[in-house]
Amino acid sequence: MNLEQLILQFQKKDAKAFETLYNMYSDSIHGVVYNIVRDSAISDEVVQDVFLKAWSNAESYSQKKGRFFTWVLNIARNAAIDKIRSKAFKTSKQNLDVDFFVDIIAGNTNLENQTDAIGIKKFVSQLGEKCKLIIEFLYFKGYTQKEVAESLEIPIGTVKTRNRSCIQKLRDIVL
Amino acid sequence: MDIKAYIESGILELYVAGQLSEKENQEVYELMQQHPELLKEVLEIEASIVKLTAATSPNSVKFDAFKDKITDAKVIQLNPKKTDWVTYSGWAASIILAGGLIWTLNNNTELTNQIETVSTERQLLEIQIEKARDNLAETRRLLDALRTKDILTVPLNGQGNYDFAYAKVYWNKNDNTIYLDAKGLPNAPEGKVWQVWSLTLNPLTPTSLGIIDNFNTDDNKIFAITNTNESQAFGITLEPDGGSASPTMEQLYTLGVVNTAP
Repeated sequence: MNLEQLILQFQKKDAKAFETLYNMYSDSIHGVVYNIVRDSAISDEVVQDVFLKAWSNAESYSQKKGRFFTWVLNIARNAAIDKIRSKAFKTSKQNLDVDFFVDIIAGNTNLENQTDAIGIKKFVSQLGEKCKLIIEFLYFKGYTQKEVAESLEIPIGTVKTRNRSCIQKLRDIVL
Repeated sequence: MDIKAYIESGILELYVAGQLSEKENQEVYELMQQHPELLKEVLEIEASIVKLTAATSPNSVKFDAFKDKITDAKVIQLNPKKTDWVTYSGWAASIILAGGLIWTLNNNTELTNQIETVSTERQLLEIQIEKARDNLAETRRLLDALRTKDILTVPLNGQGNYDFAYAKVYWNKNDNTIYLDAKGLPNAPEGKVWQVWSLTLNPLTPTSLGIIDNFNTDDNKIFAITNTNESQAFGITLEPDGGSASPTMEQLYTLGVVNTAP
């Protein structure tokens, strides 16, 4: 079954299709949530919320609006950000780590049993400072192009091309 | 549409990141239907991002962990409860409210986009106005210079094969400047440059006043040149790049004699 059919089945509330999609993307979603929340128990919770939300709002997704992965990614970033803004969270965690995804990957022991572990670790160790920030902001934090440009003090037009060359390196290593 | 350039622009990476506008998302989607290479590119970008983000996951959450929750939800949906009008009208009201909110939000986003476009356009216009102002100031300065009382006008006419060419020299002896209006000369070909000469006639002695190396790029083709000579005539020749020590007479395009009576 191709991805398109899978998503259609999922939209018709087919639990099997949902499970397949879940297995494709849950680690990524978990990674993004954890990068924002920085607490593995809380991020487990948020990930569940995210997929439940995707399940119950399945019919609101349309391919024309973007990739399915991107759709779930958006739900996840919003849910994670809502979580860290919540009062309960703020009182339990006074200060969040300032590490970036690269630091998490470098110290991630869970990675050892993944086949791409070596490639990914190699990728982040070779990544330039600007690439680290662009990827962090665009994919993990969901910054807009404009926000990235402002944070890095580079022209807005440069964000796109710079990001492309960063992702190109990633593709060379992991695909 | 140049698909390769479109891919190279980096727009697809932003598409996967979810950072495009609704309109752009739609555009990428439609282009993907027509161009398989675009779809392939998106799939590869997505696959690499899926792998990268998965690498920051501290542990996996098994699907079974909440399988019950989704099947429960499904069961509830399949067993319609008795009609509860209060609940339904409550839902209806909140849906209408949410619809209204989304509409306002959309409107707001659209307006913000418009403001951004307008402010970029304004910046462009400001740059153009600035440029126009500079041009105007420059033109005024030239006009003032040419209107000075004691200025001598020397028309230079086309010579020999070049009788289409013409130029004019305005000579202000008070400040030792000539203004050469060379609109009647063609652009200098590659490797060549226009050179201006001051001449005394008896005996015929040329003195170079310099080359005009910015001729082709100058807009108004008026050049201010210092001239301290007691010139009796002015001539313009086409010389190799860098100019020559004495004029190449076969390449004399225009020549004009100074009328000494003011």
